[in-house]
Amino acid sequence: MIEAPDLSLAALTPLISLFGAACIGVLIEAFAPRESRHPAQVAVALVGTVGGLVSTLVLAGTRDGNDVTAGGALAVDGAGLFLQATIAGLGALSILLFAERALDPARSSFVAAAAVPAGSPRDRELLTADRVQTEVYPLATFAIGGMMLFVAANDLLIMFVALEVLSLPLYLISGLARRRRLLSQEAAVKYFLLGAFASAFFLYGLALVYGATGSVRLSTIQESVATAGGDTLMVLGLALLIVGLMFKASVAPFHTWTPDVYQGAPTPVTAFMAACTKVAAFGAILRLLYVGFGTDEWTWRPLVYGIAIVSMVVGAVLGLTQTDLKRMLAYSSIAHAGFLLTGVLGFDAAGESPGLSATLFYLLVYGLTTLGAFAVLTMVRDGDGEATHLSQWAGLAQRSPVVAAVMTLFLLALAGIPLTSGFTGKFAVFRAAIDDGAWPLAVVALLASAVAAFFYLRVVVLMYFSEPVAGGPTVGVPGLPTTIVLAVTAAATLVLGVVPGSVLDLAGQAANLVG
Amino acid sequence: MDTVPADGLLSASWLLIALPLAGAAVLLLGGRRTDRWGHLLGTATVAAAFVVALACTLQLDERQVAVDLFTFIDSGSLDVRAGLLFDPLSAVFALLITGVGALIHVYSIGYMAHDPRRRRFFAYLNLFVAAMLLLVLGDNYVALYVGWEGVGLASYLLIAFWHERPAAATAAKKAFIMNRVGDVGLALAIFVMFAQLGTVTYEGVFGSVGLLAGGTVTAIGLLLLLGACGKSGQFPLQAWLPDAMEGPTPVSALIHAATMVTAGVYLIARSAPIYDLTETARTVVLCVGAVTLMIGAIAGCAYDDIKKVLAYSTVSQIGYMFLAVGLGPVGYAAAIAHLLTHGFFKAGLFLGAGSVMHAMDDQVDMRRFGGLAKKLPVTFVTFGLGYLALIGFPFLSGYWTKDAIIEAALDRGGVSGWVLGGVAVLGAGLTAFYMTRLMLMTFFGKARWAPSAPGRPTPHPHESPSVMTAPMVLLSIGSVAAGFLLVQAFPLVEWLAPVFGEPEEAEHVVAPALVGIAVTAVMALGVLAAWLFVGRREVPVVAPERVSVVTRAARKALYADAINESLFMRPGQWLTRALVWVDNRGVDGAVNGMAAALGGSSARLGRAQTGFVRTYALGMLGGAVLVAGALLAVTAG
Repeated sequence: MIEAPDLSLAALTPLISLFGAACIGVLIEAFAPRESRHPAQVAVALVGTVGGLVSTLVLAGTRDGNDVTAGGALAVDGAGLFLQATIAGLGALSILLFAERALDPARSSFVAAAAVPAGSPRDRELLTADRVQTEVYPLATFAIGGMMLFVAANDLLIMFVALEVLSLPLYLISGLARRRRLLSQEAAVKYFLLGAFASAFFLYGLALVYGATGSVRLSTIQESVATAGGDTLMVLGLALLIVGLMFKASVAPFHTWTPDVYQGAPTPVTAFMAACTKVAAFGAILRLLYVGFGTDEWTWRPLVYGIAIVSMVVGAVLGLTQTDLKRMLAYSSIAHAGFLLTGVLGFDAAGESPGLSATLFYLLVYGLTTLGAFAVLTMVRDGDGEATHLSQWAGLAQRSPVVAAVMTLFLLALAGIPLTSGFTGKFAVFRAAIDDGAWPLAVVALLASAVAAFFYLRVVVLMYFSEPVAGGPTVGVPGLPTTIVLAVTAAATLVLGVVPGSVLDLAGQAANLVG
Repeated sequence: MDTVPADGLLSASWLLIALPLAGAAVLLLGGRRTDRWGHLLGTATVAAAFVVALACTLQLDERQVAVDLFTFIDSGSLDVRAGLLFDPLSAVFALLITGVGALIHVYSIGYMAHDPRRRRFFAYLNLFVAAMLLLVLGDNYVALYVGWEGVGLASYLLIAFWHERPAAATAAKKAFIMNRVGDVGLALAIFVMFAQLGTVTYEGVFGSVGLLAGGTVTAIGLLLLLGACGKSGQFPLQAWLPDAMEGPTPVSALIHAATMVTAGVYLIARSAPIYDLTETARTVVLCVGAVTLMIGAIAGCAYDDIKKVLAYSTVSQIGYMFLAVGLGPVGYAAAIAHLLTHGFFKAGLFLGAGSVMHAMDDQVDMRRFGGLAKKLPVTFVTFGLGYLALIGFPFLSGYWTKDAIIEAALDRGGVSGWVLGGVAVLGAGLTAFYMTRLMLMTFFGKARWAPSAPGRPTPHPHESPSVMTAPMVLLSIGSVAAGFLLVQAFPLVEWLAPVFGEPEEAEHVVAPALVGIAVTAVMALGVLAAWLFVGRREVPVVAPERVSVVTRAARKALYADAINESLFMRPGQWLTRALVWVDNRGVDGAVNGMAAALGGSSARLGRAQTGFVRTYALGMLGGAVLVAGALLAVTAG
């Protein structure tokens, strides 16, 4: 007789909220009439994500101490809850971006019927149809649920399952753009192939670690690492696990998919990936490195050190020559992954962990800012959809001063200019790295920030100091969803830059992982 | 004397500053709507401030009153409270500023009647009055500094009031920049006080300055002096003041003669407890005063521009005041007395000059005046009384106050006493010479009137309207009577005793009566010389070229501008050129080179982004191999 593991339903509420909403979404898709699907799906997805956020916050407020549940497969700890709340919140904002129907004359960013071949007469007919492939909402909700599971997984097997749960819907919704469908489908296929490749690395690493330690539970792995030290099998396994996770976090040299997929995917999906996937992947990286291999710090430390440098340099340098804003933000995301790794390195297994809290804070502010920046991209359009080429943004401030100002705020935050949240985040992770003796890394990070600042500020200069081009793009009047997203992200970017104290304190209190 | 908290009317002394400040705010923010009545409001606020100042002064029986306003800066150990100090010294300044200020406001109503930007002019004048009152009423050095910068700003704005004239714009910049040099000195002095004493209030600083090392006190004294020199146009920072005459004439009268330029004297007199402790700094003050008084007097003899002659006269007279404050306790009251009488007669002289310019189509070249006494009778009489007061004609204002300074200098005794006294007496003679020359060239002799510009009619001089002449008449009464009132009838020395201490009975080296006779004799010689050189002969309309070396030097104001240019401006320009070169070649080169290198490597790296999944997968595989290899290497190593 197999004993059922103890399940704390309270600890599972956030996940149940998300996966439940996703399942309801599938049912709606099957049974609701087509006209009413879109509002119903949006409502269910929002209820699910907001419910996930609220239940996570309630759980964080009521729990006493760190715990594990589901037979030790799931961690209920400060960092996990912080990241889950971040993902749920950013996820809810992303759903709002998905739901925007006022900006595009074609009524949505998402295709009307994905099965219709791109470019066919039927496809052209459907371009301006009211129909939307509403499966994106349950798919996105599943992905958000997977991400929340990913950051709480205390077990490599659960981690792998979560990885797949979050990845597969992402591959799909990347290919659902209403305009430039071939580009979008190409991006989806690329993402799928490379994602599968990366998953295989992760799975093989899992197998090797299991072979070396006889367990997939992170706490057991930690014990065996502490006693046995690193044997070749286990180290190889760790290497492959790191590769798999770094791929998801779009860290160089595993970043190559990022620009193509970010550019091809529908912009709300790009925003979702840039914000939420990054948080989820770093949550898993933190858990793997701090919990599973925390006692073996000196094995992975030099490696992560090097990867951080490579990622910062590649992201910053390659960003310089980009002429497409979505690709530019993709390289920015790669550089930011490197900055985040400097925070990961500010690791102190002894207890007080400035690196952990700094990384948590950075993930939150970066997610909000990048989501806002992509939201602005959805608003600047010409006849063909979004106008993402740099030259089209010339003189935007004359045409639309508010949008230009908001975008400037986000770009300054991404560049890490003081009085924006980006500065506070960068300051926190660099200080953590310096406190931990990794000052050369901080120097490289500062130089990379300086280089990266060029391409952010170039957009600002272009918007404010260039004459508008004739026949340039127009700035659409956003509907309520996008307005909410912009208001929340812009306010957060500013507030967390000017008075970050309380949120920094919160991240500091949350900075603990169950052993 | 202890300071007591203000009560009754005195606690409302903040109104002194608030009234003109509110006037300036209304005029500046109100825009064109206030054009019609703006000048009247501006004048009314200053007149009201004068009434408040008068009432406060009459109430001042405790003689030293503090008014707490609010906390200005409270940061760590720096605690700057905005408080006012109404004591006899600030009282006389407040009266001078608001009294002369109100008269000049009235005069300006007529003088600026045809200027389209008259409202703005009154706004700036009000701003000036407010800042100047803050300067003299603040109870700490930071408030003084705020006022100091405020009057500097107002002065800059007013010199450049006709900024469409390049000369005015340049003069304003010159004044601003030379004042900056002085302001740095004042700021540093305040920093040193705070660093050493932890306080910037007068009470705190004067209470504990005695505990400081002598060198530090001397440093504070010299830095304060630098600030004073900048604001008061003293050597070596005197060159901006004559150029500042490019501003409208009421500005020259109020700011650059009667009030702002005397702020340096106020600063040193206010800081008397500091200077009492440092003989060295006091000696430097003395020397600055003596040198400036000669420079101003010599340059004044050579200029043909009526306002510049008066400006150099101001430089020279303030030199007298510096000389007096440099003498220490015996001189402070004398300096303030001369400052007050000078405020009256010099303001009156400038207003008179403005009236002459008004009549002569805004010309300032005295060689084109002549014979104006009959045409401008009121101007002639009032100007003449101011002239007599300035040269020290017996029993007029200047006679009393200048004699007091000369006496105090002689009483110093020893060689230095004789030298300083001699310089002061010689200065009095030169003053008589250049002022008589001015009178003769302007009001006497044949009319040499000429059109101000080709195509303009030859001016037909006429007396100014009464709104302009009335202030001149009032000021000329002050020029006549103020000296006697302040020295003999109601001695200022006793009024100021709470600030500077009871006057000691000095031992006179030379009997006062003898000094009076000697100074009067030298003055008469100056007048006579002026008549011999200027009055007897025909005045050439164009200044003669073949003149002596001394005249040539005097015409160049003893080469002050040339010295400034060659010592500071040229090296400064060379330095900026060198820095620009380094910036262009070195810094920009490095930056551009790096940018090019980064851009190049970006393009090269970008080639790896082929768009093919196979390439990407290969890249990932390579990365994975590297990661695994690195981890194995670390473990093995």
